[in-house]
Amino acid sequence: MTEIAFLLNGTPVRLRDIAPTRTLLDWLREERGLTGTKEGCNEGDCGACTVMVTDAQGARALNACILFLPQLHGKAVRTVEGMAAPDGRLHPVQQAMVDCHGSQCGFCTPGIVNSLVAAHLTGETDHDTVLAGNLCRCTGYAPIIRAAEAARQATPPDWVRDDPSSFAFSEIPSGGSGGADSPPGAAIPRSVDELADWYAANPDGRLIAGATDVGLWVTKGLRDLGPVAFIAGIPDLQGVSVTEDEIRIGAATTIADLRRALAPFHPDLAEMLRRYGSTQVRNAATIGGNIANGSPIGDGPPALIALGATLHLRRGGARRSLPLEKFFIDYGKQDRQPGEFVEAVSIPRQPDRLKCYKLSKRFDQDISAVLGAFSITVENGRVTAARIAFGGMAGTPKRAAGAEAALLGAEWSEATMNAACAALRADFTPLSDMRASAGYRMEAAIGMLRRYWLEDQGLAPRVLEIEA
Amino acid sequence: MSVAKPLPHDSGPLHVTGQARYVDDMPLPANALHLAFGLSEVAHGRILSMDLSAVRAAPGVVAVLTAADLPFANDCSPSAHDEPLLAVETVHYVGQPVFLVVAETHLAARKAARLGKTVYQELPAILTHDQALAADSRFGPPVVWSRGDAAAAIAAAPRVIEGRLEVGGQEHFYLEGQAALAMPGEYGDMHVISSTQHPTEIQHKVAEAIGLPMHSVRVECRRMGGGFGGKESQGNALAVACAVAARASGRPCKMRYDRDDDMVITGKRHDFRIDYRVGFDEGGRILGVEFVHATRAGWALDLTHPVADRAMLHADNAYFIPAMRIESHRLRTNTQSATAYRGFGGPQGMVGIERVLDHVAHAVGRDPMEVRRLNFYAAPVAAPGGRLPPGPPEGILKKAKQDGGIQTTHYGQEVRDFVLHDLVARLEETSDYAARRAAVRAWNARNAVIKRGLALTPVKFGISFTLTHLNQAGALVHVYQDGSIHLNHGGTEMGQGLFQKVAQVAAEEFGVPMDLVRITATDTAKVPNTSATAASSGSDLNGMAVQAACAEIRGRMAAHLAERHQVAPEAVVFRGGRVQVGGADYGFGDVAAMVYAARISLSATGFYRTPEITWDRVKGQGRPFFYFAYGAAVTEVAVDTLTGENRILRADILHDTGASLNPALDIGQIEGGYVQGAGWLTTEELVWDDKGRLRTHAPSTYKIPACGDRPRVFNVALYGRENPEPTIYRSKAVGEPPFMLGISALMALSDAVAACGDGSVYADLNGPATAERVLAAIRRQEGRGDV
Repeated sequence: MTEIAFLLNGTPVRLRDIAPTRTLLDWLREERGLTGTKEGCNEGDCGACTVMVTDAQGARALNACILFLPQLHGKAVRTVEGMAAPDGRLHPVQQAMVDCHGSQCGFCTPGIVNSLVAAHLTGETDHDTVLAGNLCRCTGYAPIIRAAEAARQATPPDWVRDDPSSFAFSEIPSGGSGGADSPPGAAIPRSVDELADWYAANPDGRLIAGATDVGLWVTKGLRDLGPVAFIAGIPDLQGVSVTEDEIRIGAATTIADLRRALAPFHPDLAEMLRRYGSTQVRNAATIGGNIANGSPIGDGPPALIALGATLHLRRGGARRSLPLEKFFIDYGKQDRQPGEFVEAVSIPRQPDRLKCYKLSKRFDQDISAVLGAFSITVENGRVTAARIAFGGMAGTPKRAAGAEAALLGAEWSEATMNAACAALRADFTPLSDMRASAGYRMEAAIGMLRRYWLEDQGLAPRVLEIEA
Repeated sequence: MSVAKPLPHDSGPLHVTGQARYVDDMPLPANALHLAFGLSEVAHGRILSMDLSAVRAAPGVVAVLTAADLPFANDCSPSAHDEPLLAVETVHYVGQPVFLVVAETHLAARKAARLGKTVYQELPAILTHDQALAADSRFGPPVVWSRGDAAAAIAAAPRVIEGRLEVGGQEHFYLEGQAALAMPGEYGDMHVISSTQHPTEIQHKVAEAIGLPMHSVRVECRRMGGGFGGKESQGNALAVACAVAARASGRPCKMRYDRDDDMVITGKRHDFRIDYRVGFDEGGRILGVEFVHATRAGWALDLTHPVADRAMLHADNAYFIPAMRIESHRLRTNTQSATAYRGFGGPQGMVGIERVLDHVAHAVGRDPMEVRRLNFYAAPVAAPGGRLPPGPPEGILKKAKQDGGIQTTHYGQEVRDFVLHDLVARLEETSDYAARRAAVRAWNARNAVIKRGLALTPVKFGISFTLTHLNQAGALVHVYQDGSIHLNHGGTEMGQGLFQKVAQVAAEEFGVPMDLVRITATDTAKVPNTSATAASSGSDLNGMAVQAACAEIRGRMAAHLAERHQVAPEAVVFRGGRVQVGGADYGFGDVAAMVYAARISLSATGFYRTPEITWDRVKGQGRPFFYFAYGAAVTEVAVDTLTGENRILRADILHDTGASLNPALDIGQIEGGYVQGAGWLTTEELVWDDKGRLRTHAPSTYKIPACGDRPRVFNVALYGRENPEPTIYRSKAVGEPPFMLGISALMALSDAVAACGDGSVYADLNGPATAERVLAAIRRQEGRGDV
């Protein structure tokens, strides 16, 4: 990777020999003097650094603090400085933010403006979800929502709308000028085969997709990542394909895309994914990354395990598949060989019985204390299948074997549910940490199982559905 | 008229385009250096050795300083000189700065700061209230204030209850982290740009650190990206470090904390443990209360005494309590030094008495709102509609006093304008409180899984610094010969809209449009000896000082024109950008040119000091506050009884900002204050481990309210009654009081939890009421013990 190219506020930028883990935020502020993009947390949690990035798939908001420059290759970036017209006319969102008193200290404001501009362009009107990743400490958000509403009817101005067409994405080689042939320090492979070759040659290398986790190793851990490959743009690693038998999800599919793709099949999973990270995080993070990092508190794996997912791994030319839950061996240990990577995950087509309960201190953009995923099939009043998986209850995402056994074959009744709840206590020995105590985790997990039963009886609305 | 208009924030167009500059956005001279602290890794320990060779050898490092390298004062305390910039011999908390890295880049400094190898002899760390009390580890003896004989009153009362409330601290989470830049000049002078609520304090501490008089240090602050009290004293360390390094290197030095460092190093709101015993009658009228406040002040004194004092001063909130005793323990612990935070102890004191009212209401089986009203202070001067009756205030007050209608607080201040009877009545009406109370009850009878709760709580907050001498302010106003106006005062802008409000005052005084007034950065070289922009006092104090300066210049202009036209100066009218005198009609700029040509000064300083306040801190007696600001909120919540997850559904607020200087900015303070206050009591949980390490040191683990946490129905209105005291345009301060409206969220959650039981057990929910705490409280209602 010797050169990367992207559009910055409508102007082409070509960079040679940049450090591959240089973040867009630092580069904007330190090299370009574009200080409108703010550093609030440097870990993708506050949104003060939000920028709008456009490529062939459209416009989206991303956190510049954990966005490495090579990730921008072939895309268009717009910062807050590029949201007003060249003649100074404000974007309708900017004008509404002024008119509705949407800024106080102003430090979060550029990020808020950019999130709202991106949503305005794509027609997204669920403002709470759009702004879940933009923290504001001053306003209490009410005037910002008023601004978003006020700007809603305005037409997106040309200077923002024209980003995709004003940049000839096709002129940029999809793998940058280097591709898999580039020096081992950093690569942008163009295909899964190229990736497989690179990883086989660099088994100690680091794969970077959305960088929502690896980004923090750099910005917070101050680590040198060694050889890296940027894999988010590999076409055959992306996308969701649906056949009669299965739904196959490419490893580099973003959580945002996954949410859209799964909504018709498993709406409760899609609703859970609405609360996965934030809009900016979901626009970057991939399901492959969520699985491969092996975290015990990732939200994707428990849900996929409850759906009976199969993981597809590749190493060089060799492929193998295994049940997703088998991939997670122990805390920090996965069934993955050096040079082996997640290529896809697939779930069998099935009647939708999935419910996902995400418990966190804050509803939006918070790491789960407990994530419970339940798929319990009932035929003629008896449980014929039960797959229950939890995050946050053990060192890995893990199935509740005892609870499943208590359910399987039993009458679908409150007594059975009570027996399953009792069995659940023996399934896990959770830990206490800053998110929750061990005792609370267990009580909440039991509450979730109980909720599955109550919801099935139509007896338990969700607290997020309650209106004043 | 510019005053009372809902003008947008003056920096709004700059905010939305990214053009508003904060400290870290300033273009730096090419040779600028960047700093980072190396931090203590133990909560309490003696430094046995420090190996900084790897730090010095790290790429980009220019110098590494320890306490031994500091030539003058090694201190950044705002109070007791007990807060060394860099640790000397002993460290007192995890995160205490131990050494200072000076490097070519911010990243190089951060990387190098992690390479220090310090060996400690660990000493016992005091982390909890109980540990501190057992070790008698404290700042001064307990402070006790009392009125009457509370113990006797409680003993004689028909009913007595007691309980304990714990409320956590709170991270400020200003979006802009702490930052400072120091540029060395001639004679060793230092020009400091700091994100600070207290430029004079920065000037003072920097001067001490570089061994020069205050005249050698100039501190500027155009704006902060949020403060909330967290930049009253916590910016001292960065500014002092920059100045010391700039002095040593002769190069500009900048320092900004990474967010994790910011949260680990800096102080937070004081957490409180409040024990109470209360005597009352069968109707719920309180006869006596005893409070024991215990707060973890952290390792250094900082502002703990005035914070804990203010908690005691708000232990009555809106209620007349005939006999009261408050005992306050300020505990020294091996944690961050707790500091100023919006409300400054007031919220902690207030939530204590609100818990008492709630608990008493449960004991007597009445709606908490009725018990609150029963215990309200008397309303001596409230005529129908809450308006002051006509006539001179002194006469009315005298009569009211003779009628026994003016009650005093437990510290002896008359409560002269108690508007909450009327304000709450109006809020009950506009929020439909009674019908919603019935609807909540009906819902809870029908629904087993989701319970609703409703609560109305009032706020009465005292306005003035309790350290009386701080209640002063200065201003500097220039009118240039083209009629444009340059405005400066001692207040700082942290987002609250102070600069715009004060500019509105200036425009009003000169009768000119707002665009003639240029707002400029707070600058210790323009207005000296300022107080922190704190205690909600910004517009009260600086508005008056600016008004005085403007009046002085306007008076000179009027005198000149009056002489020229042979009329009385009072006959000169400044309005609409014009000046009318004796039939003539001049543009304001023309008048400025005429006055300049007549060799009359068009520059003036203004000064203000708050009248009538007196305070004897030792006795706990006097009139510490010029007036009170009032408000009330109704909050409705929903709770999931399976997990304890909970949400605010709706909030209705009526708040008293006097005759508002700017209703839009005031409503912004109220909405934002409520959400921040509710955050304190719901999701914002600070967790330290048993080694004293803060485990919630980033937004990934410390959860301030997000957009979706705001009440979906959020009705905010201003009470709209003039301040009876002669404040700037009869307005009232608004920065802190609305924060405490968030207490209604905790009480509403408690109400929802109570619906899970048979009514026999009080739902004693502590703050922050995380889902975990809510579920534990539900289990207590169900008689199942803690989870």
